[in-house]
Amino acid sequence: MAQSMAKEFTKGLWAEIPLFRLVLGLCPALAVTKTVENGIGMGLATTFVLICSNLLVSLLRNIIPPKVRIACYIVIIATFVTVVELVMQAFTYQLFLQLGIFIPLIVVNCLVLGRAEAFAGKNPAHLAVADGVGMGVGFTLGLGALGAVRECLGAGTLLGSPVFGPDFQPFTFMVEAPGAFMGLGLMLCLMNLVGKK
Amino acid sequence: MREMISMVVVLTVLSAFAGGLLAAVKSGTEKRIENQILKFQKAPAIRQILSDVANDPMKDRFKIQDKDQSITFFVGKQENSTAVAFETKGKGYGGDIGLMVGIDLGSDEVVGMRVTTHAETPGLGSRAKDDTSFVSQFAGLSIKEAVFAVKNNGGDINAMSGATVTSKGLCVAASRAQELYLELKPEINQQIKQLAN
Repeated sequence: MAQSMAKEFTKGLWAEIPLFRLVLGLCPALAVTKTVENGIGMGLATTFVLICSNLLVSLLRNIIPPKVRIACYIVIIATFVTVVELVMQAFTYQLFLQLGIFIPLIVVNCLVLGRAEAFAGKNPAHLAVADGVGMGVGFTLGLGALGAVRECLGAGTLLGSPVFGPDFQPFTFMVEAPGAFMGLGLMLCLMNLVGKK
Repeated sequence: MREMISMVVVLTVLSAFAGGLLAAVKSGTEKRIENQILKFQKAPAIRQILSDVANDPMKDRFKIQDKDQSITFFVGKQENSTAVAFETKGKGYGGDIGLMVGIDLGSDEVVGMRVTTHAETPGLGSRAKDDTSFVSQFAGLSIKEAVFAVKNNGGDINAMSGATVTSKGLCVAASRAQELYLELKPEINQQIKQLAN
């Protein structure tokens, strides 16, 4: 059991890393990765939703009638997203202001619904949780990496502290929307080069 | 038929559980969220409006119940004048906009206004908060005489170009503050006297 759990967990970190292999959940990935902090915050919020919704969907998989399964999944996901939104407002208000509209939009993040539909709805709870943790961590890593590239080049800082000398001219293009597409495209390209056999 | 019933029952029970959970989380975080908004959104606005005061407006505050809502008033005292600041809401392009309004109790003139919470379009409506040239038009106007409306609607205020809906919403919030102030003035004076004791 531990072995199969480990397998489901690790696949989310590399072989099926959401952002670069499954290419799911691009909307928040492009929008909030201006800085590493935002990327990781968004990733953790999504991870929480993923784990909880995977667990619940998996536990209820024999009770939920197949014809209304999507509606049930959305109810479950939306509930946890609202929980995250309220908790973030209560404890990390500044991060909440930064992420803004993208927190409620986790509901329609195809990664969350995708895992519920493709994995949690067909597998037992312990595997579904392992899958959720793996996918969540993979997503967080992806967002963090993209955020790091964009923050480094676009603002010359990493987690708010400068990385280059004072003579560095920030490449502001990278923190704007087109820079997000370029950054993601180049990282996908890099991942494909590395993963090529 | 059996399938029908099970679909209805499952969805209903699931939604009921979701509703219950959210209500619990909401009531659990409500107080903290209120404090966070006070700390990160209202406090900076109040400090800007009641800038050179001798007391701490965040401490000297009281609530007045008006019909179905309770309004918090923040008191700023100078050597020979007293001002109050309170928040009203107006409808903007992206939902409610909070406007903190400061009024001098002696002269009945607006001391200053600042936007607090909003969900306006970044770069257009959001200028109302980031650039104070719009809200500073209100400063010095008399609560009893001025018409808080944009010029097109026969008022005294120049709308922000490209953000008409936001401008109008803020004028509605300001007029609401006008009404409230005139209606509650005796009670405000009474509360301030009690506060001094």
